Amino acid sequence: MSRPAPARRSWRPDEGRGTVVVAALAAVLVVASVSLTVQQPPAQAWVALGFGLFIALGEVVRIRLEGDRETAPVGAAAAWAYVLLGSFGGVPTTHRAWDVVTVTALGTFVGAVPHVAAGRAPRVDELARRLLSVGLAAAIFRPLYDGGQGPLGRLGEDANWLLALVMVVVVGLAMLLDAAVAALVRADRDRAPYLAALRDESRALVGLGSAIGATGILIALAAQILRGWAVPVFVVPLLLTQFSFRRYSTIRQTYHQTIRSLSRVTEVGGYTETGHSARVASLSLAVGRELGMGDRDLEQLEYAALMHDLGQLSLTDPIPGGATLLVSRDEQSQIARMGAEVIRQTGVLDGVAVIVEHQADSYRTPHVDADETVPLASRIIKAANAYDDLVGDSLESSRRLEAIERLRLGMSYDYDPAVVTVLARVVEYHARVPVRG
Amino acid sequence: MTDLPVRARLYISAAILAACVLVVLALLARPDWAVVISFAVLTVVLERTSTGVGNQSQGQGSIAFFMTLPTTIAAAILTGWAGATLVGAAGLLHAAPSRLPTVKRLFNGAQFTLSAAAAGLAFELLGTFLADGGPAALVLQVVAANVVYSVVNAGLLTAVLWLAQGAPPAAVLTGTIARTAPVYLGYGLLGVALAMLWEIGGPLPTVLGLLPLLVARWAFLQYAREREAYEATIRTLVKAVEQKDFYTRGHSERVSTASVMIARAIGMREERVTAIAYAGILHDVGKLGVPTKVLQKTGRLTEDEFAAIKRHPVRGREMLSDIEFLDEAFEGILHHHERMDGRGYPRGLVGDDIPEFARIIAVADAFDSMTSTRSYRDARTVPEAVRELQRCRGTQFDPVMVDAMVRALARQPWTHVPAPPPGVRVPQGAVIDHDDPTFVYGLPEAER
Repeated sequence: MSRPAPARRSWRPDEGRGTVVVAALAAVLVVASVSLTVQQPPAQAWVALGFGLFIALGEVVRIRLEGDRETAPVGAAAAWAYVLLGSFGGVPTTHRAWDVVTVTALGTFVGAVPHVAAGRAPRVDELARRLLSVGLAAAIFRPLYDGGQGPLGRLGEDANWLLALVMVVVVGLAMLLDAAVAALVRADRDRAPYLAALRDESRALVGLGSAIGATGILIALAAQILRGWAVPVFVVPLLLTQFSFRRYSTIRQTYHQTIRSLSRVTEVGGYTETGHSARVASLSLAVGRELGMGDRDLEQLEYAALMHDLGQLSLTDPIPGGATLLVSRDEQSQIARMGAEVIRQTGVLDGVAVIVEHQADSYRTPHVDADETVPLASRIIKAANAYDDLVGDSLESSRRLEAIERLRLGMSYDYDPAVVTVLARVVEYHARVPVRG
Repeated sequence: MTDLPVRARLYISAAILAACVLVVLALLARPDWAVVISFAVLTVVLERTSTGVGNQSQGQGSIAFFMTLPTTIAAAILTGWAGATLVGAAGLLHAAPSRLPTVKRLFNGAQFTLSAAAAGLAFELLGTFLADGGPAALVLQVVAANVVYSVVNAGLLTAVLWLAQGAPPAAVLTGTIARTAPVYLGYGLLGVALAMLWEIGGPLPTVLGLLPLLVARWAFLQYAREREAYEATIRTLVKAVEQKDFYTRGHSERVSTASVMIARAIGMREERVTAIAYAGILHDVGKLGVPTKVLQKTGRLTEDEFAAIKRHPVRGREMLSDIEFLDEAFEGILHHHERMDGRGYPRGLVGDDIPEFARIIAVADAFDSMTSTRSYRDARTVPEAVRELQRCRGTQFDPVMVDAMVRALARQPWTHVPAPPPGVRVPQGAVIDHDDPTFVYGLPEAER
């Protein structure tokens, strides 16, 4: 059974320098922490061991979420709890910031072993980020607590609300750092503007991230009374959260795979060339990312690009080679309208339908600066579709240059200059850097 | 309220009055105001957020309902029955005003209040018997409070349904309790955790304690919405594909329905039933790879054309290969034209070597084909189609599945009405439906 290799990531660059920098920083932090811990091991070895084990177990039940994000909610919550641990059944804990980093690092590595053995190596940037943010939180909180001698350590039981407030602030700060670093890595990898990446990463954190942070704080607080029993009591709700998220993530992946599959109906039916819609989708995504579109908009863009030729099914005879570039403007608009109509009937993809409907429209008309009714996504698809109709899966540089030139000639009405500029940059970049996929 | 029977009106008024009296008594009992106000606010926020998210399908109402329980139990632990009653009464404020008629909202509020008061009283009464019993006594008290809450709540609901709509009380009562009891228990224990967090540090840790659950529920609602969207999308796209051929319009949907009927009749697990529903809808997508002129050809097919038709299960399987979760459904799609005697395609599998899904879809497919109109013949009646299935029992179809289909039809009538809408051009001559078992292709000998 031969089918075209998945082309989803083919316009996406490989891991960039961002990952390397973040990983190097985390490595320095871990080496320094481990050497400090080894010089003078923490006095409460059982607590350290217990939390290390808990982090490792959390890492074992790691999950993968949409948007290429990976997360180990239980492991992360355990790390937060160890950062924020004050009194443990009435006895002040004495571990220091570097001990937290050491325990987190060792626990995470041990927990990653089964995954590596199964050939699913964890994302380096994700691990590095977690160590850095845990390190930051520990560097703030541990000195303030200072084995029960610091300002937070001397608070009585009546002031637990203040302790909780400080914990929320510390975890919040560390999560901000996490989002900032994640956005840095992503902006570098996807060649996207930093602010757009930061927006998406922060949004991804708000849901599951807040549940993780809250669980860490709760365990640390409840350990005052419940000691180690605080862990199972508060991990159960978090596991429920994790389960919910995984199921949500799975259905979204399934949705995505299904749209990809069904978008091939035009190919199987002989209406378009093999791989056309997948290539248009991945090129559109690359352009959209670089133009700073957010995750949700990118998803709509991708679905619209995958299904942009659906309207051709209503044609009695396929267009030769399926290239919509070769038919009249009226026909192009009609195909777009028919496709949009089908998509609108789903009742749930209205945004996608609008994009598909406008895919044949010009971005401006005479004497008008820009037609605001044509969505950016439609402009991107129009250009990407034209590019793919002209180039296809060919790798010849002459065809690439020819196609870009033709898009540039069409910039007065057909193709949005901003889109064409970015598209030219994307295809140039990939002509130099080998594509992965 | 005017359209309700008098006894229902009396009952509802009595419940609301009782709730009001309890609220007044609770206010006079002077519980710990900080606890009452904090947990009442939490209750309102929880209920508001739960009804505010997502579209309203069946399950979500009951999930919203559960959220008053943990706060009620926590209030009972911290400040006794009066606190529980007042926190329960806060549930009145939950529903967005526009959504429910006033009477319903008031009755819901009364229901929350009465259940909470009963649970609080049970908790306190048991507490006096089990004084200084330690954690075990606390757990016992919480469980008892849960049971009382669940029973009173279900009882009030049953009575109103019985009086207002004449619903059978016994069935409603046992059904409601069975559905809610396990979840209530879990939420009751959450109430204990909330009370402990309150003792440790007041409102902030309590709010943090609810956060993971709120997030979990948010993800659950998103999941439910996404799943609905998913099903709607598949259906629509498959319909778009079917547009190519008038005679097969709605076929995929009906094959899915019939496959589910058979699957249920043989007692298949629910996840597999879901999978076969998808397999049924998608079983013919590969037909898109068959040229339209072949699909709509009149008269005898040439060997090449027949071969093109025979490729459609493989094409379909190929097209869908990216959809990981389909898994078992792939087999069903790939082999739905196999025959028990091994004369089917694409592999010529025999008997039990044919995957179960494929054996089911084969029967559903043929059944729908026969009961639909084709250009070369009218639709058969259901009994005629069943007779034909029975004639091919064991040679073409799995006898188990044929019998299951017959049983399912006895229970659930087949509602498809086959008739071409007027004004549609019927092609001259005969377009051959490859799913129709009564049609013999031009060249079976050449195949063997």
